Amino acid sequence: MNPATAMRMRLLAMFRKESLQILRDPSSIAIAFVMPMFLLLLFGYGVSLDARHIRLALVVEQADANTASLTGAFQHSDFFLPEAYRNIQQAEQALRAHEVDGIVWLRTDFSARLLATGKAPIGVFINGVDANQARITEGYIEGVWQVWLADFARARGHELAVPVTLEPRVWFNAAVRSRNFLVPGLIAIIMTLTGAMLTSMVVAREWERGTMEALMVTPIRIWEITIGKLLPYFVLGMGGMLMSVAMALWLFDVPLRGSFWVLTAAAALYMMVALGMGLLISTVARNQFVAGQIALVTTFLPAFILSGFIFQINSMPTVIQTITHLIPARYFVAILQTVFMAGDIWPVLIANSAALVLMMLVFLGLARRNARKRLD
Amino acid sequence: MQQSLHRIVALAIKELLAVLKDRKSRIVLVVPPILQLLVFGYAATFDLHDIPIAIYNEDRSAPSRELVARVTGSPPFHLYAKLENEAQIAPLIDNKDVLAVLHLERRFSVDLYQGRTAKMQLIIDGRNSNTALLVQGYLRTIISDFNLDWARRHGQPPPPATLQVRPWFNANLESRWFIVPGIVGLLSLVITTIVTSLSVAREREAGTFDQLLVTPLRPVEILIGKSVPGVMIGLFEGSFILLMAVLWFEVPLRGSLGALYIGMFLFILSGVGIGLMISSLAVTQQQGMLGAFLFMVPAVILSGFATPIANMPTVVQWITCLDPLRYFLIILRGVFLEGDSYSLLLHYYWPMAIIALVTLSSASWLFRHRMN
Repeated sequence: MNPATAMRMRLLAMFRKESLQILRDPSSIAIAFVMPMFLLLLFGYGVSLDARHIRLALVVEQADANTASLTGAFQHSDFFLPEAYRNIQQAEQALRAHEVDGIVWLRTDFSARLLATGKAPIGVFINGVDANQARITEGYIEGVWQVWLADFARARGHELAVPVTLEPRVWFNAAVRSRNFLVPGLIAIIMTLTGAMLTSMVVAREWERGTMEALMVTPIRIWEITIGKLLPYFVLGMGGMLMSVAMALWLFDVPLRGSFWVLTAAAALYMMVALGMGLLISTVARNQFVAGQIALVTTFLPAFILSGFIFQINSMPTVIQTITHLIPARYFVAILQTVFMAGDIWPVLIANSAALVLMMLVFLGLARRNARKRLD
Repeated sequence: MQQSLHRIVALAIKELLAVLKDRKSRIVLVVPPILQLLVFGYAATFDLHDIPIAIYNEDRSAPSRELVARVTGSPPFHLYAKLENEAQIAPLIDNKDVLAVLHLERRFSVDLYQGRTAKMQLIIDGRNSNTALLVQGYLRTIISDFNLDWARRHGQPPPPATLQVRPWFNANLESRWFIVPGIVGLLSLVITTIVTSLSVAREREAGTFDQLLVTPLRPVEILIGKSVPGVMIGLFEGSFILLMAVLWFEVPLRGSLGALYIGMFLFILSGVGIGLMISSLAVTQQQGMLGAFLFMVPAVILSGFATPIANMPTVVQWITCLDPLRYFLIILRGVFLEGDSYSLLLHYYWPMAIIALVTLSSASWLFRHRMN
């Protein structure tokens, strides 16, 4: 038998063994298909940063036409669920008890000062615990105020003199839908979970049981073990990824402006990185407990927090920004957000793919070295 | 009674040793939480800082330069480039070199001087929609300050009514004050679930769990013995992270520490209950680990840790009621920032107590009834 045929046979045998193992343990199938579906459904519907239905307490101490037009402006806005409170004490109590998110307070002398001095104060209190939501709420309140000012001026027969206004044009996401940027990022998180978690646990189990050493004394070479082992999980992970993309497009209406093939190629590359990471973890950890822990610490949480999935990387301190370069999900999230929303922008794609290729080589190389060393 | 106590103590010590005797397991329990707290505490922020922007100013008059200087001089922004023509805009945004471009047309100052509204165009990368919204918010604040000064200098009347915004509990709207208490909850959850979710599965895999069942230990005693290490490690690490949040990140702790600890105890108890339930359902450690994951990931994302629960659809909001982290986060943030005490938090104690009760009793029932 010539060496090439022998190699093919060994690889095939390895592939078959792993595939059978996957098919016989339903939990692997669950992690590749059921989990992505469940996570995407939950998060696609559940995770949103768009502030809507902000509960607002309106306190009007002396009602008249001017206060009515201002409270009317809040009632007509899509962003607020205004509710009238009789006095400021009750409203403050409601703010403290989380019954409302903010208060708009028009004091007794509001109309008098509005007409006389032209500097009537509108008191606004916002629960600032969630600073991000508070900022967005503040922005919406300002918007309502500005529209009302213009109407107020027009009602008096003159145009409101605003020296400068901002004319924003949001590219790639004109409606500023947070789902459009969160759902592509979720695909990266899900693939990190399926790829790295599953392989690290599976291979750690073999080390724990000693079957890895048993495999190594057979004629099969170490890279053949690696390929034979990883291939079934690669197929599994890509299946899950395609399902996630389908859900993103047809269930969540996220646009895909780049090409599908670029997306698939990038995903395949990232899958290899995730598998390499899992393999490396399994060679470092001696048992499943440690492997699982390391996988959790080095995959899910960094992919969630350090990848740009939700938190802007530019805003992090320099040291942390440097650390994010070590997180593979960072590059994949950038690719996903670009391919889905902006299109095939090659400078972004090439730079990030190059980083992923480098990480894949490092992970696989280190895993190989560690596996060798363990036998000594 | 005394005998029973004796048995429980013996089992608890054995369980604690099972987790702590291995050096790698010990490291894995201590080092990552500290690293994560430090890294995530700084990384998880919604505040904008040093956002790269480019300016395309065709006007080049004194007022337009003043407005541009106000933008580039403010901490959220950092000037990446000054552009010479419109064609330069698209590549900079596409390639993520800048997040936004400010465009002032030639007629900007003419409009401004003649009392017509001058327009500042903002082209912004919407790939992160939250950042896009926040950038607009920051710029609007800068512009409205500019407008007030301009009106004053040129004798125009100020707007008839002004907003006086005062955020409660977090005057400077620092998102770190929101996130760091959240990390206390997040890491406590991770630690407790990890410690407990493998404890039964490990013994089932090794076959020693059947032996444990034929000893005089009753299921309740096994349950308590198996819970003690999780509760102890959870409380210990939780306290440590709490201390770091106060001393290192300087998040103000305004409310009652006792109220916080009641919450932490109930939360860790429910985490232990869920971990043990997963563990008793699992046949192998791998399944235990997967189960822990399948619980933990949604528990984190649906807890309100980063994205508000109020924004979720009603059905998803119902699901979040099953998430103990949801209640603990409200308690943490309430005690830290809002200075809450027992009476306001009572509302959030009992759901965790119920979750703990249900999961712990199911775990104990499963000890005996989940035989292959």
